[in-house]
Amino acid sequence: MNQPASYIPTKLQEAVNWAQKYSLFTYPFATACCAMEFMSTLGPRYDLARFGAEFPRFSPRQADLLIVIGTIVERQAPVLRRVYDQMADPKWVMAFGVCASTGGFYQNYTVTPGADQVIPVDVYVPGCPPRPEQVMDGLMALMNRIQDHRGNVQRELGPTATATPVLDRRRLPVLPDGTSMVLDKAQRMPKDGKVR
Amino acid sequence: MAQAVLDVLSKTIPDALVELGSYLGDEIALVRRDRVHDVLAVLRDHDETKMDMLVDLTVVDYLGQSPRFEVVYHLRSTAFGHRVRVKAGVPEDDPVIASATDLWKAANWAEREAWDLYGVRFEGHPDLRRILMYAAFEGHPLRKDYPQNARQPLVRRPDAPATDALTTTLRMHSHDRRVE
Repeated sequence: MNQPASYIPTKLQEAVNWAQKYSLFTYPFATACCAMEFMSTLGPRYDLARFGAEFPRFSPRQADLLIVIGTIVERQAPVLRRVYDQMADPKWVMAFGVCASTGGFYQNYTVTPGADQVIPVDVYVPGCPPRPEQVMDGLMALMNRIQDHRGNVQRELGPTATATPVLDRRRLPVLPDGTSMVLDKAQRMPKDGKVR
Repeated sequence: MAQAVLDVLSKTIPDALVELGSYLGDEIALVRRDRVHDVLAVLRDHDETKMDMLVDLTVVDYLGQSPRFEVVYHLRSTAFGHRVRVKAGVPEDDPVIASATDLWKAANWAEREAWDLYGVRFEGHPDLRRILMYAAFEGHPLRKDYPQNARQPLVRRPDAPATDALTTTLRMHSHDRRVE
């Protein structure tokens, strides 16, 4: 971002973005019934592989796209945060279904009101569960975002094709064992029922 | 069907019983809190009942009534096919009842859940910790006076989207205004 604009890096950035958007390795963080619909989306009838996002990697270190599939409860939120922190840059997040987007109809003591309370989310796919068509629509929206360099991480890192130094993303709140990211007691307890 | 079970109870330990009844084919025994362990032991060991299976153990919160809580045991006899429901009232200021873990191992996690969500302590339980909520959680969320949309998050982004407006709207349109 700080670099002087020039023609060749811009074109190179576009090429990098084009390559990235067609080679998304996904990490399905599947917690609930939406995972059934995700399987259907991956299956031969809808075939997410046509968009290059065919390869679920069950290790966050090898994945570009974290798909949060299903309800995230408060007890599980630190795990989700840790999985996200383990992914290498650049990375994107899709919230799959209403529970991952907003908490859905679970407005209660235990469910996190959306995965975006814990990690930055790039694209939200509504539905309970969403139809495979909606998922593909969301994936294509995400691909447009990647091509335009508008992803959350892309915005933070700046142009990746130029020789900008890699930002130290460890300044983001990480979760070793409850240091920076864990809320202290005074922040945590809203006795009056107000949600932060 | 299980009237025989209630008859055994009224013959064996009549002093522990508060009320016997039947509702929709289910036999119910409301018993005194300090004698609930004796009643359960009789039901398990008596030759005519043999309630060898604890199907469920749960708590009901009757907010505003006295006693406020009611611990409910669902028992079944695999020998006779009888079912019976045993209930015991537990007051709010002293929410303690005897543990049934020495009678049925199935009571262990069920009592932990009851402690976690309702705050009823089970005396004699070997390991009474929270089972569903995390250790840092305060309060007992299924009590009817727990704030309806209170959250105790463990982790949040510093710039997490606010959810205040939505929650306020939900509380405003909530059908359950009694406890607020």
